[in-house]
Amino acid sequence: MTQTKAGPDISPGRLPRDAYAENFSDLHPLLEPHEAQVEADRCYFCYDAPCVQACPTGIDIPQFIRQISTGNPDGSAKTIFEQNILGGMCARVCPTETLCEQVCVREVAEGKPVKIGQLQRHATDHYMAGHDTTPFNRAAPTGMKVAVVGAGPAGLSCAHRLAVHGHDVTLFDAREKAGGLNEYGIASYKTVDNFAAREVDFILSIGGIELKTGMRLGAELDLAELRATYDAVFLGVGLGGVNALNKDNEGHNGVLNAVDYIADLRQTDDLASLPVGRHIVVIGGGMTAVDIAVQKKLLGADDVTIVYRRGQDRMNASKFEQELAQTTGVKILTSAQPHALVVEDGHVNSIELERTRTAEDGSLQGIGEFLTLPADMVFKAVGQTLVLDDLDASIKTERGRIVVDADRKTNLGDVWAGGDCVLGGEDLTVTAVEDGKIAAESIHAALSGQAQATAESRENTHG
Amino acid sequence: MADLRTDFIGIKSTNPFWLASAPPTDKEYNVVRAFKAGWGGVVWKTLGEDPAIVNVNGPRYGAIHGKDRQLIGLNNIELITDRPLEVNLREIKQVKRDWPDRALVVSLMVPCEEQNWIDILKRVEETGADGVELNFGCPHGMSERGMGSAVGQVPEYIEMVTRWVKQHSRMPCIVKLTPNITDIRKPAQAAKAGGADAVSLINTINSIMGVDLDIMSPSPSVDGKGAHGGYCGPAVKPIALNMVAEIARDPSTHGLPISGIGGITNWRDAAEFMALGAGSVQVCTAAMTYGFKVVEDMIDGLSDWMDEKGFTSVDQIVGRAVPNVSDWQYLNLNYIAKAKIDQDLCIMCGRCHIACEDTSHQAITSMVDGERRFEVIDEECVGCNLCVSVCPVENCITMDAMAPGSIDPRTKKVVEKDYANWTTHPNNPMAVKDAAE
Repeated sequence: MTQTKAGPDISPGRLPRDAYAENFSDLHPLLEPHEAQVEADRCYFCYDAPCVQACPTGIDIPQFIRQISTGNPDGSAKTIFEQNILGGMCARVCPTETLCEQVCVREVAEGKPVKIGQLQRHATDHYMAGHDTTPFNRAAPTGMKVAVVGAGPAGLSCAHRLAVHGHDVTLFDAREKAGGLNEYGIASYKTVDNFAAREVDFILSIGGIELKTGMRLGAELDLAELRATYDAVFLGVGLGGVNALNKDNEGHNGVLNAVDYIADLRQTDDLASLPVGRHIVVIGGGMTAVDIAVQKKLLGADDVTIVYRRGQDRMNASKFEQELAQTTGVKILTSAQPHALVVEDGHVNSIELERTRTAEDGSLQGIGEFLTLPADMVFKAVGQTLVLDDLDASIKTERGRIVVDADRKTNLGDVWAGGDCVLGGEDLTVTAVEDGKIAAESIHAALSGQAQATAESRENTHG
Repeated sequence: MADLRTDFIGIKSTNPFWLASAPPTDKEYNVVRAFKAGWGGVVWKTLGEDPAIVNVNGPRYGAIHGKDRQLIGLNNIELITDRPLEVNLREIKQVKRDWPDRALVVSLMVPCEEQNWIDILKRVEETGADGVELNFGCPHGMSERGMGSAVGQVPEYIEMVTRWVKQHSRMPCIVKLTPNITDIRKPAQAAKAGGADAVSLINTINSIMGVDLDIMSPSPSVDGKGAHGGYCGPAVKPIALNMVAEIARDPSTHGLPISGIGGITNWRDAAEFMALGAGSVQVCTAAMTYGFKVVEDMIDGLSDWMDEKGFTSVDQIVGRAVPNVSDWQYLNLNYIAKAKIDQDLCIMCGRCHIACEDTSHQAITSMVDGERRFEVIDEECVGCNLCVSVCPVENCITMDAMAPGSIDPRTKKVVEKDYANWTTHPNNPMAVKDAAE
């Protein structure tokens, strides 16, 4: 039912001043030392532990938990950082319930896994509170230069590992700040106290990484030039484009990209300054949809509805995220898809939806039943895209993503890529970190071989 | 409902659960609280001669913790009572008068001179207490002065003092033994020879609980220094059970009443001590950890278990397991067991595999047909029970006895139905040979 009203009801500061801090406080507060001890003691120190197998970065989880329980939290953090230098952020944002904790033998046994994510945060926070630098030392300088494009999780991971191996890295990012989605994308209550920026500083403390922001591939940067200037290039550019609904009126006021609003939210000093509608509709079923929906609710929207075209079991957002949305008061409407955006005086005021069903062949069909939801704001969270124009035409892509091999190497001999921009990724911070790490090792191997070949040829010349 | 009333060397109590001589029994206030909570008896904290001893004013206790700071072991450097003798005697008299159905035994420790014992026994007798317990066990402080375990480590002294006590008092006499000795049977034999009515054991074990690595001092640290103390609590129970059993089955002490002490925390612990020959049990650490209320479950639990098993009185349990305490050489070498893993209960932690693989017999798989799966390889399993011990899931791994007549896949030999032990084994150079040979 549409409702009669005089224009959209959008306003900042819908909540009392002190409500913002409370609403956007840490989703999982840091475990107290005794809590961490008790939780660590629950770990069985499994042989060939399933959690390690499930961790995309292969962190030795039983080992780091044992180090917590034996009173060696710094050692624990080192175990984590050895495999994942963004262990602090991953501890906050990993969907552990579908990774390590899903396969924890205590989940199998009693439905209560060891809180691996929270223990990881306990260790990494402890380390970062007591140290300004990463626990690694750089190898002797190799004289090799690598360009890392994109200072998100993949780029940071890659840059750090390359720096450890003694290579000099120039780390580019299109935005003002490094961090990528950690800084601009993830829901605020998952990374409070400016953690993303602190983690970037921590990673850069290794030395040998020059950060250059405001440098966008396809604008200030050109892949061919980078390849000519540097010994190797890593692309961790993420997905710069946003999918459209492809409906009429999409360009009108109040129809917004979720990622843009979240970026504004993450960067604002004053949450009360953000415009908030009374009635919010979010289109999509992934993490971004949940992130925008929950945060709008926390900013004081009256009602927020996530509209997803298939059944709830098909949503990309994890079950934990779905429940988080629902317990925050977000309604999840499934098996419905946008039919038309209704606009009044240049501003959206409602959205017409068509109910759907999934045919036996798996295809989605509208069934001709319609409903209308009032909407002061409609957020699009239906996926992001790689802007292919920004890349060199010679780089091989497939289904809109860069094609890489197991070493994260592209078809170009001196270009590697990882994170959301490559084909086959899982759109997770932790997989991006792993991509960056693998690529760095591969780049290091290639550059070491190159250095050796140079040395040998020099020797031969002299001999 | 089973009758828990106990008659231990003529000392009657409403149940076999006594509080051991220790801080919980140092004062009327505590003892009355204990009796109100349901304890069957107490052994009053050890009395000495005036002037009263002094205690350290820093930490007296140290602890070993398990998961979630569960107290597994406790040690102490507290000495005997530090209150004037007169005060203690007055309170003992009052409590015994107020609580006639409970056991009230008085622990004693005075120098090894006959007159000193004569003097204190006379005064204790006047209180109407049910008996005395001779503290020959305290391993710290008093032992440096020639008392406590310094006596308990010399069987001749035990016998001598016990004889004095029996000679100069009509009270039942329990001799409390120190475990800080090589063979517990010797002091028990000495106590019996001296005329003791019973022995109680174990007293605490010499121990250093840990080292504070920041100040390089044993813990608990008293101004930067530490001294060994007496170790007790759940961790010492196996040591105590063995010592109780040794005395119960030794022909020279068999039948000597025993008051069992050492890590008893619940009714099951108590029943185990009783099965190995203890006619009463004494508890301290459990009370000091949880308060006196723990006795409620001890009483209910023991009673319910006895009902379930058809026992009607405590006497029927005491010593029941003693005939089954044997020596290694008499264990049946023809008994062959194999571990079996219940795949429905298995949570795939793999601890059985790695324990067996790294440290034992390589008898548990980690993969079967490319899948994570833990199965016992009967051809390698020696039935050692390590996997059962390390498995976090109760009853997931069991030890199944092989049927006589079947073939042991490890040795390829038939499982014999007859009992055979080491004494007759061909590999034993000392084996008893057939007379015909």
